[in-house]
Amino acid sequence: MQLNGYKPKIVAFCCNWCSYAGADLAGSSRFTYPDNVKIIRVPCSCRVDPVFILRAFGGGADGVMICGCHPGDCHYTSGNYHTRRRMKLLFSMLDYLGIEKERMKLIWISASEGEKFASAATDFMNTVARLGENRRLGDLRCKSKTEQN
Amino acid sequence: MQKQNGTELKNKAKQLLQNKTVDRVAGFCAGEFAYDPSPCVFYSAEEIEENMIYDCFCSPNFSKFLVKETKKPGRIAVFMKPCDTYSLNQLITEHKIDKDKIYIAGIGCDGMVDVFKLRNKTGSAILKASCDNGALTVKTPDGDMTFAFDEVLAERCLVCKSKKHVYYDELLCEPSFETDTGRFDKVEQIEKMSADARYEFFRSELSKCIRCNACRDACPACTCETCVFGESSSGAESRENANEFEEKLFHIIRAYHVAGRCTDCGECSRVCPQRIPLHLLNRKFILDINRFYGVYQAGETVGQIPPLTDKNESDPEV
Ligand code: SF4
Ligand code: SF4
Repeated sequence: MQLNGYKPKIVAFCCNWCSYAGADLAGSSRFTYPDNVKIIRVPCSCRVDPVFILRAFGGGADGVMICGCHPGDCHYTSGNYHTRRRMKLLFSMLDYLGIEKERMKLIWISASEGEKFASAATDFMNTVARLGENRRLGDLRCKSKTEQN
Repeated sequence: MQKQNGTELKNKAKQLLQNKTVDRVAGFCAGEFAYDPSPCVFYSAEEIEENMIYDCFCSPNFSKFLVKETKKPGRIAVFMKPCDTYSLNQLITEHKIDKDKIYIAGIGCDGMVDVFKLRNKTGSAILKASCDNGALTVKTPDGDMTFAFDEVLAERCLVCKSKKHVYYDELLCEPSFETDTGRFDKVEQIEKMSADARYEFFRSELSKCIRCNACRDACPACTCETCVFGESSSGAESRENANEFEEKLFHIIRAYHVAGRCTDCGECSRVCPQRIPLHLLNRKFILDINRFYGVYQAGETVGQIPPLTDKNESDPEV
């Protein structure tokens, strides 16, 4: 997926029990979703430390998705409730610092929602593509020489 | 301007040692300059008589020292102003301080002087300083100067959240109450600015940071034995000259790690040599927590469940 020749980089943290299986189902059911979504499997959405998200941006991501089981469905009973509080505060803080909060998204995707994963990823990709390159939270050290200039 | 003066504290300290309530007392002794008293531990009445002082420059929050002090044998007495006791409660809640090893004497407080503000105003060396009757008099090589207390008060004291001691073994002042001085006003003002203006504001503030880590070291909520920022794999263990990422990572995560546990004691901003208003990040988290999960004051009582440890099925969606 490209917009005016620009192809955003998206990192999606997917919980092992629901969202990763959902992404898998999207693939096996042949729903297409953008190839520039890079999935990182985590045991639970609440394994996603705020540092991971900042590091993903630092490392060159233009958008970060955190996908977890629906509220009430957490494999570990309550992990996603904690994720919800943490992300709410983190996104609000980034917004406060003037960093576009549309670059971050928390989505609930169950193991049976392959189609939802594909469409959520596509929608998110479009949003991020419109925002353009992530300039406010990138790490120079992670850019190649040509990108730095 | 303090409600208790040095002499009263000295007498109290000596009394506590003499009647064996404690075997040491934490307090202040004179530092190199009139405006930088240093924290000390006193073991005898003679030491107290000779060295102990207390004035409107004795700002440090002693609660963090107690984490190490209470690991030693014996009991220690500490004089605490209201804001310190919130941090203390929080540390007791987190099992970092053993209550049986401390004796807290609550002292009244009318605020502490912001040395940077004062230095800016005097413009020359401060040889001597004394505070009484709502005014601060300083002796400089250019003569004496007097300032109204409000002019030189620290930001945290201008918006002091509470004059109430939430923990004490003995109160040396009249019991007091919480105050509402609009400590979130500045945060709300920033929230109303455009995203670009907010970005620019914080970028220019945070880029002053020299990564001395004083804010972390002074914070009574930062008590991890090994800090994430201490190791090279954190990507933010020291200042990167050409890069803004490190400073954002450090500051967002520093504030995040104390979110829900920060009592808003203001130590981070007080110790920052670069005068970065770090409390604006902490207060944003406090304000958001109040909005989303109900009003919460960390350290108000022992045993509260911090909002980021807690959860509720009906929490608002992101
Ligand atoms: S914040 Fe309040 S209690 Fe703390 S030093 Fe300032 S005036 Fe005193
Ligand atoms: S005290 Fe100030 S300069 Fe030092 S690390 Fe903290 S913010 Fe940076």
